[in-house]
Amino acid sequence: MKQSLRANLKRGSFAGVATAGAAALLLAGCGAAPSASSSGSATKSDYTACMVSDSGGFDDKSFNQSGFEGLQAAAKDLSIQEKHVQSKADTDYDPNLRSMVQQGCKLTVTVGFLLGDATKNIATANPNSHFAIIDYSDPTFPKNVKPIVYDTAQAAFLAGYLAAGTSKTGKVATFGGLNIPTVTIFMDGFSDGVKYYNQKKGKSVQLLGWDKDKQDGTFVGDFKQIDKGKVLTQGFLDQGADIVLPVAGPVGAGAGSAILDAKSKGTDAKLIWVDSDGYLTATEYKSVILTSVQKTMATAVESVIKDDKDGKFDPSPYIGTLDNGGVALAPFHDLDSAVSADMKSDLDQLKKDIISGAVKVESKSSPKQ
Amino acid sequence: MPDAKTPRDEDDDVATDVALDTADGAMAPSPVPASSQGGTIPHAAGGSLFRQIVTGNAMVSVLSVLLAIVLGGILMAVTNPRVAETAGYFFARPGDMLSEVFKPYVALVQGSLFNWAGADTAAQLYPITETLTVSTPLIFAGLGVALAFRAGLFNIGAQGQIIFGALFGAYVGFTWHLPFLLHLVVVIIAGLVGGALWGGLVGLLKARTGAHEVIVTIMLNYIANFLLLFLLTTPAFQRKGSTNPISPFLDQTALFPELLGPQFRLHAGFLVAVLATVFVWWLLNRSTLGFEFRAVGANQSAARTAGINVPRAVVLVMALAGALAGLAGIAQVSGTEKYLSGGVAASIGFDAITVALLGRSTPWGTFFAGLLFGAFRAGGVAMQAQTQTPIDIVLVIQSLIVLFIAAPPLVRAIFGLNPRKKKNATGGHGSGTGSGATAGGKIESGAATA
Repeated sequence: MKQSLRANLKRGSFAGVATAGAAALLLAGCGAAPSASSSGSATKSDYTACMVSDSGGFDDKSFNQSGFEGLQAAAKDLSIQEKHVQSKADTDYDPNLRSMVQQGCKLTVTVGFLLGDATKNIATANPNSHFAIIDYSDPTFPKNVKPIVYDTAQAAFLAGYLAAGTSKTGKVATFGGLNIPTVTIFMDGFSDGVKYYNQKKGKSVQLLGWDKDKQDGTFVGDFKQIDKGKVLTQGFLDQGADIVLPVAGPVGAGAGSAILDAKSKGTDAKLIWVDSDGYLTATEYKSVILTSVQKTMATAVESVIKDDKDGKFDPSPYIGTLDNGGVALAPFHDLDSAVSADMKSDLDQLKKDIISGAVKVESKSSPKQ
Repeated sequence: MPDAKTPRDEDDDVATDVALDTADGAMAPSPVPASSQGGTIPHAAGGSLFRQIVTGNAMVSVLSVLLAIVLGGILMAVTNPRVAETAGYFFARPGDMLSEVFKPYVALVQGSLFNWAGADTAAQLYPITETLTVSTPLIFAGLGVALAFRAGLFNIGAQGQIIFGALFGAYVGFTWHLPFLLHLVVVIIAGLVGGALWGGLVGLLKARTGAHEVIVTIMLNYIANFLLLFLLTTPAFQRKGSTNPISPFLDQTALFPELLGPQFRLHAGFLVAVLATVFVWWLLNRSTLGFEFRAVGANQSAARTAGINVPRAVVLVMALAGALAGLAGIAQVSGTEKYLSGGVAASIGFDAITVALLGRSTPWGTFFAGLLFGAFRAGGVAMQAQTQTPIDIVLVIQSLIVLFIAAPPLVRAIFGLNPRKKKNATGGHGSGTGSGATAGGKIESGAATA
């Protein structure tokens, strides 16, 4: 209810603007009608790619959004048709997925483990349609489902090493949305990165908010309560942490605003964004974003769609790693000067070591080959 | 009991109101006493039969929906870029713009009633079965909320009660292995018990300590929600070899049988919903217990004076309301979802409040309001998929309906249906119009039962 009210408010203010716009357009409504044959879809291919979001929605500044950008890029670059539906609740997945198949989608991309069962069911019932699912893999998937998964711990390891080396207080923090593998894999990698830095440099940088051995830590409880993310971050800052990694999709905005507040009061703190390059997607916090632990989903989605369109669909999982560029540490942008040259060369070396296997990054949440 | 502290004269006021609302017991009281809604009481207006029909509660409900649909259409029109585009040559070819405006509603009908564009009979009938499927949990939870309303309790806790019903039912469903039918019956009983415990706890707290049921139910919603999320992180509720917060599938024997085969989601839970509606109707209108509930809802002091055990009635009605909401949880885990996840209750518990209000807290009213909401939900899927209308618009329409339902005088005023004021007695809380007076009335009616 709360959520729908908020949506109404958003829609409401937008509608006001739109009404004015529509009125203006009506006044100018005397233009000539386009000829019937020039409709845009005539030039497009019949191939339709589709996407179903999880309950976070396509504007979650996280994996739904990244995946959706991939779909739109594919629609433009490959001139194909696209359709998308947004799920409001877990109960929407099955009907939404069915409706996509009924709409004649050749490939339907679903986002997140929550859609795992629905994807499996609908794919089994529709063996002639293809499916791809982001961030979830299940060995019992039928042969028309391609999982797109990420070994995010690799990039998070780099972020942990960077945070430990950049922190002035000797304390860094992280918190998650829910205690689920796709979240904790960031926290595991981050934790190991901090530990590795301590070993290498003989320091004792502390990590708040996650205990890798116990697999437990600080969690918001969902991916919606931005205010709670702010409170948690303030708590970490009060305990002396100066770099925070929120792994909670849109709740990262709460962490961002807490850090901006602290900065305006003279406390120096930094934020590490997740999933997308926060400097580009969460621009209001770009002045405090040190880097981002990126999962380049848009590229993966676009390439899966392209392969399917070319008749090269293949159900083996796509696993994003540092090696294939599926996961990466984003550029430092404005905070480039905060990172020492030594640190930069360390990170380059570490990246090579992780790719070669010289440094092992292990998380029980890592996707299995 | 804290009632003892209530000043005498206020009790008298309430008694007068109740007598007005129910015409001395001849009529069922509305969830929010009509006398505290402001405006006038249509039934008391007398006048022609026509006037009684058009100003009646049913007519107001229908008009609210119509009004919401018209406003929703305007919203859909202005938020759709294609409409703006076609509006550019509106006078050259008006059909283009009009068809763009109506497309989403066509999709709504195609997604909720009958899809004439479907390839075969199954595809054509799929939408109506989908409406019935989605309605099922809404009807259960709506009945739970409506039942508590009738006893004067504002049950915001359906969400938590659904979660508890789903939690108990699902656990029994995937850990125990019993033969078909017996397993389903045990799962249903577990769901009833789970919901009844969570609802009954509210009744107990209210009856024993006088804690306000609105606060208690809201807090219990949080507790239920986070308890569910916590349990889903424990191995007992997770699948073997997985750490995702999703429970194993319920046994096949614990599921409601599919009514029309595997290509439809419609399950026998819908038939149980019909039975539950009949049960609530019987309970409220034909049983002694139901009479006690209504008497407590009408006036606690009078009920006590008449020898009714008010605390017992409060506990019982909340337990029954919880059990009904628990069935909504069972409809989810044994019907459509087949497993337990953090979002198993979606927003059903909150939608149920709307459903109960839209149904004027009567069992069959709630049933049909549930069907309407189910149709919106089912049609919303097609609106999105076919015309790419944002799902938010569907929610806007639903919220508009709530708005108009909550303010009957507003709808009557818009359509010029307000009967002349002098003709009948107005309530003791003045005759202010608009939603402000209504909101005030709600709080008062809640407080009067505290």
